Amino acid sequence: MRLEYFQLIDRIVDLNLADRRIRCEATVPSASTVFEGHFPGFPLMPGVLLIEAMAQTSGWLISAMNRFERMPFLASVKEAKLRTFVLPGHVLAIESKLVHEGSGYAVLDAKVRSSDKQVCDATITLRVMEFPNAELAGEMRKLAARVGLTPEMALNG
Amino acid sequence: MSSTFEAIANIIAETCDIPRDSITPDSHAINDLGIDSLDFLDIAFAIDKAFGIKLPLEQWTQEVSDGKATTDQYFVLKNLAARIDELVAAKGA
Repeated sequence: MRLEYFQLIDRIVDLNLADRRIRCEATVPSASTVFEGHFPGFPLMPGVLLIEAMAQTSGWLISAMNRFERMPFLASVKEAKLRTFVLPGHVLAIESKLVHEGSGYAVLDAKVRSSDKQVCDATITLRVMEFPNAELAGEMRKLAARVGLTPEMALNG
Repeated sequence: MSSTFEAIANIIAETCDIPRDSITPDSHAINDLGIDSLDFLDIAFAIDKAFGIKLPLEQWTQEVSDGKATTDQYFVLKNLAARIDELVAAKGA
């Protein structure tokens, strides 16, 4: 997890395009300036970043389904529940499953677990659009490789 | 009044917290009811689920952008109901 780059996902562990689901892992860093403010003397992973981790996981699934020809953008978060504290060093398992693929949008159910305990869950809506420019398309492919999403996985799932 | 219109009027009322009796077949979803694009995604999701279809929002938006269609054709509710009926019929064909 690279909080300073807003990259919440370390690796894609499982991608199943037939079932339209994905599972990712991420380790909360043991130290970050984020924890200096949130909170002094009691460092906690901010809930909004847990929601972002679910959004990014959902986004990787949609990117793979679209073979990196379209870009997902977070549009709405519903029924978000933050069920327990996440501390520095915790390992997170983040899952997302497509509920509905609409025209230009997708709805997914996502959840985070840590040490077999449910941490949070939400329904995520992503807009799915053309890439605004070629630079972003290229960077997303590079980032996909960094988290272990290969072109073969996107093709075969 | 068509059952399709009744269904989408109920969806809009519930999704956007708009009084049901202010929604008529001649209401324009954007111009009259003030529904924005994000709320319309929720409405589209509810319509897709209710009717088992996929509203072609991107195609409609492109047609309007290209000047090949007006927003009235897709977003006046009686017309939206007709488009939905066409999609449902096409699915069953």
